[in-house]
Amino acid sequence: MNTISMIILVVGYLILAPILGCLLAGIDRKISARMQGRIGPPILQPYYDVRKFIEKDQITPNKVQDFYVMCFLLFVIITGCIFFSGGDLLLVIFALTLANVFLVIAAFSSNSPYSQIGAERELYQMMAYEPMILLTAIGFYLVSGSFQVDTILTSSEMPFIYLIGIFIGFLFILTIKFRKSPFDLSMSHHAHQDLVRGLTTEFSGRSLAAVEVSHWYENIMLLGFVFLFFCNGTIAGYIAGIIVCILAYFLEIVIDNCFARMKWQVALKSSWVVAVMLGVINVGALMILL
Amino acid sequence: MTYLSKSPWVIHYDGSSCNGCDIEVLACLTPVYDVERFGIINTGDPKQADVFLITGSVNEQNKAVIKQIYEQMPDPKVVIAIGICANSGGIFRDCYNVMGGVDTVIPVDVYVPGCAARPEAIIDGVVKGLSILEEKRKASEVAKEASA
Ligand code: SF4
Repeated sequence: MNTISMIILVVGYLILAPILGCLLAGIDRKISARMQGRIGPPILQPYYDVRKFIEKDQITPNKVQDFYVMCFLLFVIITGCIFFSGGDLLLVIFALTLANVFLVIAAFSSNSPYSQIGAERELYQMMAYEPMILLTAIGFYLVSGSFQVDTILTSSEMPFIYLIGIFIGFLFILTIKFRKSPFDLSMSHHAHQDLVRGLTTEFSGRSLAAVEVSHWYENIMLLGFVFLFFCNGTIAGYIAGIIVCILAYFLEIVIDNCFARMKWQVALKSSWVVAVMLGVINVGALMILL
Repeated sequence: MTYLSKSPWVIHYDGSSCNGCDIEVLACLTPVYDVERFGIINTGDPKQADVFLITGSVNEQNKAVIKQIYEQMPDPKVVIAIGICANSGGIFRDCYNVMGGVDTVIPVDVYVPGCAARPEAIIDGVVKGLSILEEKRKASEVAKEASA
């Protein structure tokens, strides 16, 4: 990929991802409301919320917390830029982990017991999804011979065909990454759940807005992973990818509305079982066959 | 209308209510009334809330709690007293430990009477509170400009 198209992609991501992410969150809330027999908020409600957070005063227990939250936002954006400019998948995963570490530190930096428990649970969640994300990257490498996103994008074979197990495993941990029930342990987008607001208890005003916006960026990047499973260098592959992205998000909304929150033990055990059953076996089969 | 009145998040605290008014507050969130239509979310976190709904009267025990929640809410904010107990102490007014309505501890912006207050009345009260929220925001902006 040449430099100019890389710059266009990065700028496109920086501008379009929050817009798409915001719309996605709004549609999510609308569909969830309809599933519960309610009318639901306007589609632009997440945008109104974020603008309101910015309008409000900010109460911060210590200044360093805001710094960590801004680092979280920054690294989530950097992660997306690496991904959409066709960079290295491993680098994407490590940068994303680093971003999440900043979020955890931000929550730990206040002395509030609620946000500290939220931070601990975020760590459990990271432990739960990390193996599967790494296996996903390994799977892509085995199929296309490269960790570079642009090489995978233009490879002639659809990775999905070889990576069905890994794809299902990835969908499973997507529930954790999207912060959906039953695995929305550390924070959730639903009103009034336990532990006050979990991880975000001590965030208000601008820092809460930053968490929300980085969630939009992150969601679009994760859907980019789903998209990658279907690329085979043809237009049909791209269209299939986009359709599957929409279906995957819809599936997550359905799962969100069908389950109550589970204990962290269940999250950890089930996602590791899935990673071993689907991820490791799929990777093992690929190594033998390819 | 600014964004503040498009996404008012409420925090609900039960003083020493008989639970009658609490159930009516929660009824506002059900599919029948669905206040999320207006962007209203019932949050448990005072630091993220804009509207403070209090049911029940204030007594010696919860006085400090109400004050603390109020102080933890970032400006601009409004307080809405729901039910006659929160307005004036109501039926519990003469109890030895009851101090009276919510306005004996923190300033109240909207009073919603009724025993129990009906969900329609509560929603009406919150909508009234939103215009006050807006006024407060403007006032604080003017104050900020004046100090700058
Ligand atoms: S106003 Fe009536 S219903 Fe409401 S808390 Fe008081 S006694 Fe109960």
